[in-house]
Amino acid sequence: MFEQTVQIVSNARDTDSYFRLVLRAPQIAPLIQPGQFAHVRILPLPDALLRRPFSIFQVAGDTFSILYKTVGKGTGVLARMGAGEELSVIAPLGHGYTVPKAGGEIPLLVAGGYGMAAMFLLARRSPQKGIVFVGGRKRNDILCEKEFRALGWDVRAMTEDGSHGEKGLVTQPLRAEIQNSKSKIKNFKIFACGPTGMLKAVGKIAADFNVPAELSMDEHMCCGVGVCLTCVIPIKTADGWEYQRTCTEGPVFDARQVVWGEMK
Amino acid sequence: MKSKVQSSKSKVPISDGPVNLSVQLGKLKLQNPVMVASGTFGYGVEYAQLLDLNQLGAVVVKGIRLGPVRGNATPRTVEVTSGLINAIGLQGPGVDGFIKKYWPFLKALKAPTIINIWGTTVEEYAEVAKRFDALGNVGALELNVSCPNIKKGGAQFGTDLKLLAQVVAACRKATKLPLITKMSPNVVSIAPFARAAEDAGSDALSIMNSYPAMAIDIESRRPKLANVTGGLTGPCIKPIAVKLVWEAAKAVKIPIIGMGGIQNAADAIEFMVAGATAVAVGTANFYEPQTALQVIAGIREFMEKQNLKDVKGITGSVAVKK
Repeated sequence: MFEQTVQIVSNARDTDSYFRLVLRAPQIAPLIQPGQFAHVRILPLPDALLRRPFSIFQVAGDTFSILYKTVGKGTGVLARMGAGEELSVIAPLGHGYTVPKAGGEIPLLVAGGYGMAAMFLLARRSPQKGIVFVGGRKRNDILCEKEFRALGWDVRAMTEDGSHGEKGLVTQPLRAEIQNSKSKIKNFKIFACGPTGMLKAVGKIAADFNVPAELSMDEHMCCGVGVCLTCVIPIKTADGWEYQRTCTEGPVFDARQVVWGEMK
Repeated sequence: MKSKVQSSKSKVPISDGPVNLSVQLGKLKLQNPVMVASGTFGYGVEYAQLLDLNQLGAVVVKGIRLGPVRGNATPRTVEVTSGLINAIGLQGPGVDGFIKKYWPFLKALKAPTIINIWGTTVEEYAEVAKRFDALGNVGALELNVSCPNIKKGGAQFGTDLKLLAQVVAACRKATKLPLITKMSPNVVSIAPFARAAEDAGSDALSIMNSYPAMAIDIESRRPKLANVTGGLTGPCIKPIAVKLVWEAAKAVKIPIIGMGGIQNAADAIEFMVAGATAVAVGTANFYEPQTALQVIAGIREFMEKQNLKDVKGITGSVAVKK
């Protein structure tokens, strides 16, 4: 992990409230593993003192990029920044995904909304191709579909309002795919990133069919480096459960370790 | 396009100039007056990749009681204007877990470690103090009698004069280590509490802990914290803390560590002018881990500019007209 003051290379709108931010960070970029995140200090705003965590979307040479949605004050200000302006970044942080090996399990990627950002680098680094299930409320929530296809992955898009792909939740085709190819069950592995509700549903499917699953948990964070204990989730231990840190032990956890009944 | 790259460690040059930055807390000597506040710096090791911990006056670890603590349900923190409300609930590994997991790293540091301790009874405080006394190499103990987020222990002791005196006296009996009492801001007047801690044998005071606070989501009408209320920290509490330091400094002879919203050297110097001998950087560590080192460099720069040779000369130099 490094703390660097980095320059914005570009910060362009993707679909309506989604932006792609490219940062030049020569020390950080080569170290990044899929599923890791960057902790970004946007500006010393009195209303938003804390850094914001973002999944790392792509890595290219000495740059990395993030795909973010404007949801509050911090990201609102970030969306108005442009090339040449500076940000303070601490990265790469957290424990990411296990990259699938060639000839190993067939990866099933499940992404909701900006969860796709964390999945793309995994798809790109994985020598074993599989299926990407992408879902969102509406058409504009389906991100980087073309890029997944360009990597040679089978993409299944779902929207809740049916404005793009099939109508419904992203977990429906995931369950169907596993159910319909029972002989291959042992060869699947699920990787997911998205809202907690979606992750819980994915965790249930993984348990129902005994398919291994790695979930990237989305929790509020303050420090990002393991000291403040804000981002904790309940994780099984030998004699019960304990709170572990999404920023340090996670954000990627084995689905079987999460104690859903103790989640907020 | 050129990117401005900073090295990951020791970004802030701390030169060995002619100014004397060292201060004394009881028998504990600090190379400079800048420490980090308990609960905002983990056990030091988490920040070791981002800054040189040996540049700090002291590392103060998160509160430890006898056994492990799971902590409160989530959400545990909420960002507010110029601050943060937290209700972590003192999650921690307990004395044995701390010694096993974190002490080997901490004891190898050149900077002293101050261990923040707490309990739910006077006896537990004393027992924890005894355990750390036996450990060796501990810089000091900070008695947390002021955490607002636990049902038993914490602020229950810091807001009752009799209990406060009992806890400090019991720990005084249990250890020869320097004792620092971390004070609650949630009292009508801090002077009698500061005096009670001093009289019971405290070597220094940390002023202040977080201020009891609450935030509500107006759509759902629900409190934003699972614990309903929490403790407010960050820049918004600094003026409250400066006033408490000023009042306590008039009441006691023991040194005071000022804390509450320090973001830069000017903030730290303000606490010292009010009466603090040392300072601690807290919430700012969460968003700018270099803050404490920037504060040290800034104090040095201020002293050079003002032609001050000894940092102790700043302490209590506030000019209040009678």
